[in-house]
Amino acid sequence: MIPFAALDPTGAVVGLLYIVSFSLFIYGIKLGTHPTTARRGNGLAAVGMAIAVATTLAQKGIGNWGIIIGGLVVGSLIGAVASKRVKMTEMPQMVALYNGLGGGAIALIAWAEYRHWVHIENLLSSSGDSFQNGIDEAEKAGLAGKVLENFSITVSVPLEVLIPTLLAMIVGSISFWGSNVAFAKLQELIPGKPMGLPGQKVINGLLLLVLIAGCVYLGINNDLGGLNQTVFILMLLVAAALGTMVVLPIGGADMPVVISLLNAFTGLSAAAAGIALDNTALIVGGTLVGSSGTILTLEMATAMNRSVPNILFAGFGAPPSAGEGSGEKRPHRSMTAQDAAIQLAYADSVVIVPGYGLAVAQAQHAVREMADELSRKGVTVNYAIHPVAGRMPGHMNVLLAEADVPYEQLREMEDINSELPQTDVCVVIGANDVTNPAAKTDESSPIYGMPIIEVDEAQQVLVLKRSMSPGFAGIDNDLFYNPKTSMVFGDAKAIVSDIVSELGSL
Amino acid sequence: MDLVTEITILVLAAFVGFEVISKVPATLHTPLMSQTNAIHGIVLLGGLIVVGYSNSTLDEIIGFIAIVFGTVNIVGGFMVTDRMLEMFGSKKKKKPKPEAAPFTAETNGDDSDAAASGGDSK
Repeated sequence: MIPFAALDPTGAVVGLLYIVSFSLFIYGIKLGTHPTTARRGNGLAAVGMAIAVATTLAQKGIGNWGIIIGGLVVGSLIGAVASKRVKMTEMPQMVALYNGLGGGAIALIAWAEYRHWVHIENLLSSSGDSFQNGIDEAEKAGLAGKVLENFSITVSVPLEVLIPTLLAMIVGSISFWGSNVAFAKLQELIPGKPMGLPGQKVINGLLLLVLIAGCVYLGINNDLGGLNQTVFILMLLVAAALGTMVVLPIGGADMPVVISLLNAFTGLSAAAAGIALDNTALIVGGTLVGSSGTILTLEMATAMNRSVPNILFAGFGAPPSAGEGSGEKRPHRSMTAQDAAIQLAYADSVVIVPGYGLAVAQAQHAVREMADELSRKGVTVNYAIHPVAGRMPGHMNVLLAEADVPYEQLREMEDINSELPQTDVCVVIGANDVTNPAAKTDESSPIYGMPIIEVDEAQQVLVLKRSMSPGFAGIDNDLFYNPKTSMVFGDAKAIVSDIVSELGSL
Repeated sequence: MDLVTEITILVLAAFVGFEVISKVPATLHTPLMSQTNAIHGIVLLGGLIVVGYSNSTLDEIIGFIAIVFGTVNIVGGFMVTDRMLEMFGSKKKKKPKPEAAPFTAETNGDDSDAAASGGDSK
């Protein structure tokens, strides 16, 4: 294998192959703009990745093949098994976890890059052969000529390497730990409810200040002597604490924003690492991920009518639950699955509004069967998908696609809202806040101004829900007390299955 | 490579990325995320370089972990995206598209984004 390792790391061949590989990433994402071509695009992006990896492995002087191959094999096995086993309902956790791995890898690489400079310093501080080795290493690290004259005894890391390295380390570490907390919340290893210490904001602010101070310290004393390595490692740990503390107080309903934001962060950190390592494939790949994460973050935040800082630093706090006491025991109607089936069967048009409850109950297949039964009876069925329904962008679409719902029936919020007044029955399955009319009418509501699926405009509303308890955000939903609304209590999957069998016998 | 060139690449890539990704419909946002996760696995290259040129045990350990993380991202990310997109694509394909040569404008319907695809070939 080693005889093939011949490409010059800074030569044209490597550079050109990297261009091929990131072009395939971009083209692959571009094909991802349509469901029929997206799969091919994903394959092309994977080919681009294979080219990038092969190019790197073919560089001159790459050694330690045992460790490299071992790492590749272990990683491939874990990745392959996990991707086969994961359920579609668990996709948010999986994405959070992968995000974390990416961030963690970046932080580690930044650390190793920093250590590499320390290593050069050590060689240069000694005399004779080692000194020459140090010069060689320094040249290999891209320091040819210009900096060499400063190199008498101490090495100073050029700022154009130090800054991106620190950035990659800090942001990578924040996203690693933040994503792990998000994963733990989504997987319900820790409570999904917002939790935090008193004075959390002050603590986070202090941690951030410590990080900035560390950067300044390393920037000024960048001779790699004395405490610098210790400071670097301490900063790695402080960034870890900050990542954990920022995500812990965020509730499950805000997860779509958090996951997208962490995605943007890992992308940014990869691009920074690319600059530190002079690797164009990393710069472009990281920037693409960063763009994607940023776009999704902004879309999710818009869909909740909240600013990103508000989601990160405020959370839905106590105020809404305080106002709840007044509205206790308001009258609501409930009906059985049998009645619901009859109501649905006599409708002309039905719109299904899915939410996270559908994922929890794994009800997607049952819902598709219900829609099939209704279509057979001549009822038009559509699905109204709120951008932040579920726990990540597009979560509901994936679940319904898994159940073979044609994507033409998956309608976006802006698109379907105008049709709701002409809709006979809206079926709300495990969705809550995204249907709450208070977002339009009640200025004191914490979700006031958030665009919602206006199910209260429909002729009749069925709400499938376990109990009257308010949703994740802890806000009471006026929809449940609307005279048009009938609650059907129970497990979403069980109710829908009952409706299906009832429809079959009608 | 000098810093300004690298920042130029970054800025151009950001514009291309925004242009292309903002056209991905909400339906495909989850596969988009898992696919970009996989692309993020490009950090594997950093791990390979660290281990490949390393001469200290700690670097090898650090690099090994980075390689494992990166590979999980790549293999897991692309495979799970494929699994999802297979479900999206399993429905009757309306009009099979002519296999256009790469880097020419896509012919699929909703938006003519020649500008974005022009950026690809850079």
